[in-house]
Amino acid sequence: MAKLNVNIGGGLELQNPVMTASGTFGYGTEFAPFIDLSRLGAYIVKGTTLNHREGNPYPRMVETPSGMLNAVGLQNKGVDYFIHHIYPEIRHNGSRLIVNVSGARTEDYVETARRLATLDDVAAIEVNISCPNVKEGGMAFGTTCEGAAEVTKAVRAVYRKPLIVKLSPNVTSIADIARAVEAEGADSVSLINTLLGMAIDVERRRPCLSTVTGGLSGPAVRPIAVRMVWQVAKAVKIPVIGLGGIMDGRDAIEFMLAGASAVEVGTANFVDPAVTMKIIDYMEDYCARHGISDINEIIGCI
Amino acid sequence: MNTHHSHKTPIGEQLISNYVVVTNQHLTPQYSRIVLSPADRTETIPYCAPGQFVQVAADAKDVLLRRPISINDVDAESNTLTLLVRKAGRGTEAIMSRREGDLLNLVLPLGNGFDLDIPAGSRALLVGGGVGVAPLLLLGRRLKEAGVEPVFLLGARSYDDLLELENFEKVGEVLTATEDGSHGVKGFVTAHQALAEKWDKVYVCGPAPMMKAVAAMTRQTGSPTEVSLENMMACGLGACLCCVENTVRGNVCVCTEGPVFPLEMLNW
Repeated sequence: MAKLNVNIGGGLELQNPVMTASGTFGYGTEFAPFIDLSRLGAYIVKGTTLNHREGNPYPRMVETPSGMLNAVGLQNKGVDYFIHHIYPEIRHNGSRLIVNVSGARTEDYVETARRLATLDDVAAIEVNISCPNVKEGGMAFGTTCEGAAEVTKAVRAVYRKPLIVKLSPNVTSIADIARAVEAEGADSVSLINTLLGMAIDVERRRPCLSTVTGGLSGPAVRPIAVRMVWQVAKAVKIPVIGLGGIMDGRDAIEFMLAGASAVEVGTANFVDPAVTMKIIDYMEDYCARHGISDINEIIGCI
Repeated sequence: MNTHHSHKTPIGEQLISNYVVVTNQHLTPQYSRIVLSPADRTETIPYCAPGQFVQVAADAKDVLLRRPISINDVDAESNTLTLLVRKAGRGTEAIMSRREGDLLNLVLPLGNGFDLDIPAGSRALLVGGGVGVAPLLLLGRRLKEAGVEPVFLLGARSYDDLLELENFEKVGEVLTATEDGSHGVKGFVTAHQALAEKWDKVYVCGPAPMMKAVAAMTRQTGSPTEVSLENMMACGLGACLCCVENTVRGNVCVCTEGPVFPLEMLNW
């Protein structure tokens, strides 16, 4: 069987390239009836903020052709609740645990990261500078090189374990943003977060989402995500983690060919809660069919 | 982390499974009654509590998400599960177009059902509107097994839209209200005098405005009430946080904390 181990930066090695995307996988336990969590390369849990957030009002979701818009708005109970009530329940799930971190101010990111740094079984954090569904912070940091660099530098100063920065596609040049966070010490970048979108209920003449705009995910965004991964992989030396509309193993391989060292599976978990297992199976099969002994051989070969 | 509900449905083992369509009866152009059985004949349907739902893959062009559909009935003897489906869009339309022998992929059972913990001999009113009558059939059966005589109050636009009337009549007394007066009381279910009485328990499932109107009346009579919500869902597993309802405990997932809620938990 081919070697599926990949390195996602900061010395963090995964048993295979398949991770779950933050916000689509809860805390992992929701999927335990359907999959063997210990087979995942890693799983990234729900976006965590310094303080409790109620998120945006309902409706938060609307399905669009081959995709969906969401405006959840980072609903979570805050980092301390995570540390005391959730982490003890999930730390021994058998797979590498990565926590996604969001904030309104740079200080919020820093303080959240500082508290998470004390947790032995958190393998890495993913700093989310790309959430389109919060009024301040979030995507605002991720749309300028200065903002992205500022958050990365500040978090890097307090967090020594592997640091992933999650990038927004809602920018003119995502490669420039990637270079800016690489320069400030990010160990890897993940992309893409959702694309800012909008849908209108024409009968009621009202926006479908309470926030008017929301983040588009699902297979509809995949070609954009593949293109951006390809551009970023050419621009930086640190590993790139690819995501955006991966629905099956074929799609995951597509991202790796474009330059991703690993992938995150998001919206597809809603459609098939066991999809991550099928993607790992597919990778093994793909390597066998193509005579590949190490999956690293295909990373960025386009 | 579902720690906030007043009662918890005993959950059967959740699974993803292919089911084969045994029959698909088009009750009206808008509604189908689909009877399903596990495609693998050795598989038994997991325990399903009344009020729980399944997530059905539509398998239609451009349609991404599964469609949550409440469980209408389960028959252990024939190993069948019944769904009532209303044509709401392209997803449900695709599900309704399946024929005998076709497959549907389900994730089941999901959610938290109705509270069945009421004393034998209690008086329970089960109020349903439109396709919201669906979970009340299994609920009525289980209540009857527990020694509670269910009384159904079913509402629809007209007689033709009163779904499965004959099946409800086999389980308990059936009261009806139709908007055009073609069966039972003319008007909405709220026009029925049954809601002016005090009940030991009232269970409600239907469109939100109807449930809110019923809830206003049961508050007046002091009847303990549970309602089943149908907020738009993506995952159905409590992972995406899309289907939240703003409750006295803040935003909670309808899919895992509900879909059934005690009225006092809602900000209605």
